[in-house]
Amino acid sequence: MAEAEGGGLVFKPMEQFEIKSLFGGEVMWYTPTNTAFWMGLSIVAIIVLLVLGSRHRAIVPSRSQSVAELAYGFIYKMVEDICGKEGLRYFPYIMTLFMFIVCANFLGLIPTSFTPTSHFAVTVVLALAVFITVTILGFVKNGAAFLSLFWVSSAPLALRPVLAIIELISYFVRPVSHSIRLAGNVMAGHAVIKVFAGFAAIAAVSPVAVLGITAMYGLEVLVSFIQAYVFTILTCVYLKDALHPHH
Amino acid sequence: MATETHSADAASSGGMPQLDFSTWGNQIFWLVLTLIVIYFVLSRVALPRIAAILAERQGTITSDLAAAEDLKAKAKEAEAAYDKALVDARAEAHRIVAEAKAEIQDDLDAAIAKADAEIAAKSAESEKAIADIRAGAMEAVKDVATETAQEIVSAMGGKADGKAITAAVDARLKG
Repeated sequence: MAEAEGGGLVFKPMEQFEIKSLFGGEVMWYTPTNTAFWMGLSIVAIIVLLVLGSRHRAIVPSRSQSVAELAYGFIYKMVEDICGKEGLRYFPYIMTLFMFIVCANFLGLIPTSFTPTSHFAVTVVLALAVFITVTILGFVKNGAAFLSLFWVSSAPLALRPVLAIIELISYFVRPVSHSIRLAGNVMAGHAVIKVFAGFAAIAAVSPVAVLGITAMYGLEVLVSFIQAYVFTILTCVYLKDALHPHH
Repeated sequence: MATETHSADAASSGGMPQLDFSTWGNQIFWLVLTLIVIYFVLSRVALPRIAAILAERQGTITSDLAAAEDLKAKAKEAEAAYDKALVDARAEAHRIVAEAKAEIQDDLDAAIAKADAEIAAKSAESEKAIADIRAGAMEAVKDVATETAQEIVSAMGGKADGKAITAAVDARLKG
């Protein structure tokens, strides 16, 4: 047990992220893959939590209904606090994002499972959707006044063009950081756990490796929620910029 | 599955499956589908329902509080009414007691007056009876004295003069 096969340790920390067809065959755009399966499970989880959990419509909530109400109140309050009353129109979109990310992240913590949010393809689409929606919304709601987002009127006049360039760059970097933050965190955590698991094959260090896995797993539980929270709150902040572009 | 893995490995020889752009179309397709499903589930079923539950709870709490406020006011009213009834009852009791006392006093006064009158009448009668007895006794003493004096005079051999003896007895009794 001391030595892994092939006379040396084989670390394949990225193997877990491979997209595989569920029923074999080439991966085409319509093929049911492991990512499709786990995305489907997150839909099921959301339905169980929010729809089945609230089916009794009890005045005094049951345990599952409490969780559903908690999730609802958490995001509702976030949207209301950051975007104001007019932001509540977009509450279902933001709730959709949050519930998908949080469910995908937590389902991905099940050993041997697959985490859709560890892929840039997924997070880039999510972030771009937010970015494009927010940009279009900003121009539709404010017209050219949306550009005042880049013109920091509270700064000295001489500094404003410089700040405008910085603001513009940071605006376009938003979707990049928005997407890479989520996928990077999830991927890194899973990969590190896998590396620890590779070390666990060596008897001498396996207790340390198992402890490491346990600690990383705890951290990952935290990260799963925090990253979903961060993604959602940033979406709210961007949405606020679109609704009220003036600094 | 093993051969599948192998070919995928070969495809992503860079190492990161995330950067294997041949799978992006697949992921994006399923992601968009998932998001649409979630969005419809949330916006059609889950969110309105939870919002309704929360609104209903808020309504229930508000109306319950109002009802509690109402009941509190009613309880206060009832307490005030009770207090008033108590005070009234007490006053009534006082009045009845005073009345009864006055009545009894009246009866008592009348009875005492009557008894006094009776006593006065009885004592007057008795006084009269005593006076009569005393007068009778005087008369009897006079008679006895006169008779005795006559007897003594005759025994001494004299002739008893009735008028003189009576006058002498009278004079003696007066003196």
